Amino acid sequence: MQPLDQEQLVRAIRLRERAALAAALNLLDDKRPASRSSAITLLTKLQAGQSKNNSRLIGITGPPGAGKSSLTAALISVWRQRGLSVGVLAVDPSSPISGGALLGDRLRMKTSSEDDGVFVRSLACRGQFGGLSAEVWPMSLVMLAAFDITLIETVGVGQREIDVADMCDTTCYVAQPGSGDSVQFLKAGILEVPHILVVNKEDMGAVARRTLSELGAAMSREHNEGNWTVPVLSASATKGSGIEALADVMEKHHSVLREQNLIEQRRHHYQGKWILKRLHEEFGSNGLTRLGGVDSTLDQLQTHSSTLFEQYEALRQRLL
Amino acid sequence: MNQETVQRDRPWLMRTYSGHSSAKASNELYRMNLSKGQTGLSVAFDLPTQTGYDSDHPLARGEVGKVGVPIDHIGDMEALFDQIPLDQMNTSMTINATAPWLLALYVAVAERQGVDPAQLQGTTQNDVLKEYLSRGTYIFPPEPSVRLTTDLIAYTVENIPKWNPTNICSYHLQEAGATPTQELAYALSTAIAILDAVKASGQIPEERFPDVVGRISFFVNAGIRFVEETCKLRAFNRMWDAMAEQRYGVEDPKKRRFRYGVQVNSLGLTESQPENNVQRIVLEMLAVTLSKNTRARAIQLPAWNEALGLPRPWDQQWALRMQQVLALETDLLEYGDLLDGSPVVEAKVQELIAGAESEMARVADQGGMVQAIESGYVKRELVQSHTRRMRNIESGELKIVGVNCFEQTAESPLTTGTDSGIMKVDVQAEQQQIAGLQAFRAARDQQVVDRALNALKEAAVGGANIMPSSIDCARAGVTTGEWSEVLREVFGEYRAPTGIDISMAGQTDSAAMDAVRAHVRSTGEELGRPLRLLIGKPGLDGHSNGAEQIAVKGRDAGFEIVYEGIRLTPAQIARAAQEEGVHLIGLSVLSGSHLELVEDIHAELEKIGAASIPLVIGGIIPEDDAQQLKAQGVQAVFTPKDVDMNAIMTTMVDVIRSTNGLAG
Ligand code: B12
Ligand SMILES: Nc1nc2c(ncn2[C@@H]2O[C@H](COP(=O)(O)OP(=O)(O)OP(=O)(O)O)[C@@H](O)[C@H]2O)c(=O)[nH]1
Ligand SMILES: [Mg+2]
Repeated sequence: MQPLDQEQLVRAIRLRERAALAAALNLLDDKRPASRSSAITLLTKLQAGQSKNNSRLIGITGPPGAGKSSLTAALISVWRQRGLSVGVLAVDPSSPISGGALLGDRLRMKTSSEDDGVFVRSLACRGQFGGLSAEVWPMSLVMLAAFDITLIETVGVGQREIDVADMCDTTCYVAQPGSGDSVQFLKAGILEVPHILVVNKEDMGAVARRTLSELGAAMSREHNEGNWTVPVLSASATKGSGIEALADVMEKHHSVLREQNLIEQRRHHYQGKWILKRLHEEFGSNGLTRLGGVDSTLDQLQTHSSTLFEQYEALRQRLL
Repeated sequence: MNQETVQRDRPWLMRTYSGHSSAKASNELYRMNLSKGQTGLSVAFDLPTQTGYDSDHPLARGEVGKVGVPIDHIGDMEALFDQIPLDQMNTSMTINATAPWLLALYVAVAERQGVDPAQLQGTTQNDVLKEYLSRGTYIFPPEPSVRLTTDLIAYTVENIPKWNPTNICSYHLQEAGATPTQELAYALSTAIAILDAVKASGQIPEERFPDVVGRISFFVNAGIRFVEETCKLRAFNRMWDAMAEQRYGVEDPKKRRFRYGVQVNSLGLTESQPENNVQRIVLEMLAVTLSKNTRARAIQLPAWNEALGLPRPWDQQWALRMQQVLALETDLLEYGDLLDGSPVVEAKVQELIAGAESEMARVADQGGMVQAIESGYVKRELVQSHTRRMRNIESGELKIVGVNCFEQTAESPLTTGTDSGIMKVDVQAEQQQIAGLQAFRAARDQQVVDRALNALKEAAVGGANIMPSSIDCARAGVTTGEWSEVLREVFGEYRAPTGIDISMAGQTDSAAMDAVRAHVRSTGEELGRPLRLLIGKPGLDGHSNGAEQIAVKGRDAGFEIVYEGIRLTPAQIARAAQEEGVHLIGLSVLSGSHLELVEDIHAELEKIGAASIPLVIGGIIPEDDAQQLKAQGVQAVFTPKDVDMNAIMTTMVDVIRSTNGLAG
């Protein structure tokens, strides 16, 4: 890759220039030491201007095949009609044997090829559990700088894998009619996490309605973050029904967060957690202990605000 | 032997699947073929006609008149059948998503010839479900597609009683890798889906339903394992008869007969030592002729140069002569059924029926064929079967003479001619077709056209049978693109599942595979991130087998694969490659429009600042064109003779290495 002028790159990202966005995402994916350090510079520069924009970071999760990608596609067209630009990070599973992956979410999200208001980057989870890949957080910062809405689709998740809630402003869980999974999730306490529940495939009729009422009944509707009642919606991605309502509810959740000034605080918090997780992955609990333990490291990260990624790199260097 | 005293059966209908360049050129070809003893017509349409675009639509660029005849309007259709009286002709049209439209044009031309449409004989393929699985010329989502299919069936049963309104196809399933059992199961499940839909549409009175069942015919395949294939046809025969009787209550045995046409297997025809294809074709023809009780009604054969490119008239003549020799010189048609009573055959038939029944039950459990297609299940099963076949060829377990054994050959005189042994379509054809279309549009009465299109839309929205308003459109001078556009607006468009998300369980690892994986992994590490490959199918080409196999193999080898299915524009491919940050674009083009498409993709990449992404291509690419593509910067060109998939993977990694400045 040719050396990039960082200032120029940041400017181009903000202007949503496609080549710049692609180059930045490639850079954040790149594990070579030289690339890593310019990635850190880039993120730091992007972070500095982040609080200015009114971007939303939305996570979509749910069991395999529930219709996450199809719903994303349907939401994209509603958002585009509302004049909002959308960046998508879609995570697909990797093969544990070969490391290869089929990045299939994109297939369902096909949008007009001439529309510069939509940008989809697929990612393989590359052995990460939790439905995301390690690159999602840094990449989401690029998307946030460029698009009104950044949407993250997780891998089809099992019961204990819901990292996305530790990352997004708004998390939406897509339930599959009749599978029983969702009620299992409720019992396991997973469904405390999302801010919005949607039963997709309402065109399936009775099964979908049954799942909807089961979820509605079983759900403790007050979200633990307060001031938010978790809505249970019904939609059909393929028929296009219920999508406007879903977009409305997402918008509402965003304004609730904004009114309470929660967005920056939460993003910051999650970012700290993401850094801890990476450090834990790379250096184990031992490494964290050497840094003075989880809580103190997190505190340290929270207090110095604008240069989180620089600190991350500094912490790594201390441990290396 | 005294020839006069022997009773000979009447031979089957002999056809040649053909059409190219223009209606006029194809008409000349048809009349020549008929004069050579061909007894029916089989029309190949070009891809824009099959996918509902006018010849001057941007998506049609490079495809007009290439793999079939372009039909934009009634003027073209009239020219196609010039001096061919439609009341005496039996015409088979390989047309699916736009079948109601092409039938409408055929009816309108008959009217102009002074022929009563009720007299027309022939076939519209009109089986869209297999388009989603293999053939790729679908337009609308399954539900409205099934409706159009049933409208055509209901219309012809009432108005054109000798027409075969649908040919349920298992042919294309085998070409996409299906086993005999899968062919049986999916074709019969499709028949159920369609017949049930006709019934549910309420367009045919209960007591006439046996007539509908009686008009259903099939289009099947016959592969090189000709003993098993002939047993497959006996199984078809029996299962269809039972289904017609038990599920649909058809009492008249004549209306329960399994009527079918055949094209023999082409997937197994090779680019290497192409003369061997002649033996293959003849043996495959035996499968559908040997047994009198399950003999084909109509046969069309591919030519010896199938894997090289389009056949020339002489190549097609050779294929026709194979049929004539079998029917007229051999004693085959003098005997009763040769296989009845053979316990070996019977056991095989039973085995196939049992396998097919259990697969049909799996489909039924999912809600039927439409649902099993929408969920991706059937496509995955097919991709899995084809992957198995490819692995067996690669490992040598499945022998293909001249390909993975006995590869040494003397130089073939067949391919040394100046035309490289294939037909080259007139490059002027596209421009001429477009000029003709534009003149036609200018000369027609626009008000009449608008009124006809409005009525079409009303029928589409309101649910009235689509045929009467389509026939009015044909008379009014509506074009193929206009007819399709109205329905696109009403019904929407569809992208079918790709089926490549098959599980990798049961794969065979080998030292060669391990070496490829190591190469992929270490190159990814050197470049800082895992290797990403976009597999693109540009243009209207629906041949997906190659792309699917490269995708499946690529994942096995450790690539992160982006593959969005067939029929993407050059702009979509270029933009997807950029958005996804891929290291390499691999195109697959079998329709013959590779030169135009590569040019367009290069231009798009340039336009968006992504010209540094390297490009390789695979498909039916004649040697001269390969040289030209390489001169334009394409890094590697693969053709059907490249069956070593590990070698293909290695070449792609090497291309990535060299274009990124890594040592070889
Ligand atoms: C199977 C087949 C079909 C199947 C396709 C099923 C499917 N889903 O793919 C069916 C029956 C549906 C079909 C239909 C048609 N077909 Co067809 N079909 C073939 C056939 C027999 C084999 C192709 C194949 O699948 N081979 C197996 C795969 C694995 O091989 P492959 O694609 O060549 O790929 C290998 C290499 O080329 C390379 N490769 C290919 N792509 C890529 C991509 C990358 C990135 C890389 C690295 C490598 C690579 O690697 C592969 C591994 O070996 C060929 C003739 C032949 N024997 O080659 C004709 C052929 C391609 N068909 C042809 C035609 C005309 C048609 C139709 C258009 C006819 C019509 N008028 O309607 C239709 C319509 C299809 C459409 N929508 O476009 C012509 C094309 C003529 C031309 N180019 O000049 C051919 C050459 C036959 C002929 N001689 O007339 N067809
Ligand atoms: N009937 C119906 N089917 C739907 C609907 N939405 C999606 N589907 C189908 O459900 C299947 C899975 O859809 P996807 O959007 O790929 O689901 P996903 O959750 O993104 O799947 P993964 O990413 O693989 O976990 C596809 O066959 C879709 O066509 C819907 O609203 N109704
Ligand atoms: Mg998905």
